[in-house]
Amino acid sequence: MKIKTAKRSASQSKPAKLWQLRLYVMDQTPKSVTAFANLKSFCESHLKGRYRITVIDLLKQPQLAKGDQILAIPMVVRKLPKPVRTIIGNLSDTERVLVGLDLRAAVN
Amino acid sequence: MKTNRSTPVSPGARLPKCPTGIQGLDEITGGGLPRGRPTLVCGGAGCGKTLLAAEFLVRGAVQFDEPGVLMAFEETEVELKANVASLGFDLAGLVRRKKIAIDYVHIERSEVQESGEYDLEGLFVRLGHAIDSIGAKRVVLDTLEALFASLPNEAILRAELRRLFRWLKDKGVTAVITAERGREQLTRHGLEEYVSDCVILLDHRVYDQIATRHLRVVKYRGALHGTNEFPFLIGDKGISVLPITSLALNHKVSNERIATGIPRLDAMLGGRGFFRGSSILLTGTSGTGKTIIAANFAQAAARRGERTLFFSFEESPNQIIRNMHSIGLRLEPLVKRGLLRFQSARPSLYGLEMHLATMFKEIAAFQPAVVIVDPITSLMDSGTASECKGMVTRLIDYLKAGQVTSLFTSLTQGGQALEQSESAMSSLMDAWILLQDFEGNGERNRVLYVLKARGMKHSNQIREFLISDHGIDVVDAYIGPSGVLTGSARAAQNSLEKAAVLASQQEAAQLKRAVERKRAALERQISGLRSDYETEAEELRRIAEQVGTSTLMLTTERAASGLLRQADIKVVAAITRSNPRNGKAHR
Repeated sequence: MKIKTAKRSASQSKPAKLWQLRLYVMDQTPKSVTAFANLKSFCESHLKGRYRITVIDLLKQPQLAKGDQILAIPMVVRKLPKPVRTIIGNLSDTERVLVGLDLRAAVN
Repeated sequence: MKTNRSTPVSPGARLPKCPTGIQGLDEITGGGLPRGRPTLVCGGAGCGKTLLAAEFLVRGAVQFDEPGVLMAFEETEVELKANVASLGFDLAGLVRRKKIAIDYVHIERSEVQESGEYDLEGLFVRLGHAIDSIGAKRVVLDTLEALFASLPNEAILRAELRRLFRWLKDKGVTAVITAERGREQLTRHGLEEYVSDCVILLDHRVYDQIATRHLRVVKYRGALHGTNEFPFLIGDKGISVLPITSLALNHKVSNERIATGIPRLDAMLGGRGFFRGSSILLTGTSGTGKTIIAANFAQAAARRGERTLFFSFEESPNQIIRNMHSIGLRLEPLVKRGLLRFQSARPSLYGLEMHLATMFKEIAAFQPAVVIVDPITSLMDSGTASECKGMVTRLIDYLKAGQVTSLFTSLTQGGQALEQSESAMSSLMDAWILLQDFEGNGERNRVLYVLKARGMKHSNQIREFLISDHGIDVVDAYIGPSGVLTGSARAAQNSLEKAAVLASQQEAAQLKRAVERKRAALERQISGLRSDYETEAEELRRIAEQVGTSTLMLTTERAASGLLRQADIKVVAAITRSNPRNGKAHR
């Protein structure tokens, strides 16, 4: 389920601001699948064309867990723009995701 | 440490144990922590949880070849390495050699947003990865409870923790989980409900301004363990727990006797001094000469070539050497030759446990044959009575196990009954010498006596001892009808006795002279009487003679008158010739 999505929107007039998101999952559990689906739909609706999601499966790359201080799964880490922000959970609570990723500011 | 407990109970039912390598802890737990199970170590701030856990890992890696994973939730890897380095643990080196893996887990709550369901699989992955990377047998989670502060959803957390402990057991690792002490329960977040195999409680208490750490095994499922609270301390070689009660009273004993350095005192102790390896108590009020006797003992031992360790809690080494020099004890050359070592510390410097551990360390390093503690009572002030007794017991046990002769001086307060005040300690001692002051005649004099001496015939006499330029002199105290006399009173009594003897001698001479005189007088009387008698006898003779003469004259006169009356004229002439005087007188 390693999905790399990188889209750049040409319509953006603002200086291009790429959102780098990492999604840590553990195997294809329902939680992981839900989380990915939720994240993708968020990005599509709010950050269309200027986001990149990297999905890391810790089952395959357990050594990567240490770097981003992964504890809970699933977990989204916003690497860019700074500062780093994290959300844990399957992202079913939309309001929390908006707050967590600071998407409100980006949208406005 | 591991083997000596392997005999009791049925061997088949025994729980496999994982030795911690921590001094004393393995004795209390009967061999270590339960192998392959989690152990909870809880306690308040600053009582040594992290250190205990870290030492468990380090010793496991170094001594038992069991690599370990340290998952730290509070301290970073760098901090941890620095912290345990001060205890002589080379954590960094062990990490480099892949004996220990450190993983710092940190979540800042403010940076984390929760949205929907999650689990702690990430933690499992990290832990599992760390374990697998070095083949770890031991795991430390320090302090897992930090998660409660990081993750808002307690329900998920609790469920995951339960799963974590199950998972650790399945992994077969021996885990130590540290947790903060809670107010009404063992841990703040009730972790004890998940870890049910072994719970160790640490505690840090302050008594009389001196802090002591305590360790207690609250629970150890499936194994016998010491249930008492044991003092422990953190030294420069890690944690050491010192069990108060020694396992058994089975010291080897020696029949060898060692001299005290004071010949008369040896004489009082059956003539040959103390037994080697015995513990000796020397009590007395201040200024009775305890340190002097102790120094004498030390000097005698060191001169015999025995290493002597002198713990002084009141005077500095130089002060003792100087003071003893004034009474003729030359300690300095012995110190220089390395036979005598002084160890001075203020009693209030640290707690009883620390003192004890320091003493143990010194004794282990110097390997003395004789240990002197001057005075043990100084240490007594740094703990409660029972703690002190426990400490002395452990010290004596330790010394006896090594056949070290120990001499403890003890300061008794003036006015107290000497015997009573030492009741706590005296029963542990093999010999007890009491020093006392006798006051009187405007002076104080020192006496000593042997109150008890196990296993030897000892003197019951009170002896006076004098401190002079050339050391200690034990002399007989005067014990007479008027009590014990010492010092000048003893001298006075001696001269008094001499005078009395002299006086009676003079009296006898006088009496003799009187008798002599009487005899002379009698003799004189006798001779007087004799001369009287002789005089009288002479008189008598004279009288008798006179009587004879006058009879004759009468006859003559009768004859004369007969002549006159024409008697024979020749008769008259004859009488006149024979007695002319009479004839004249009668003429």
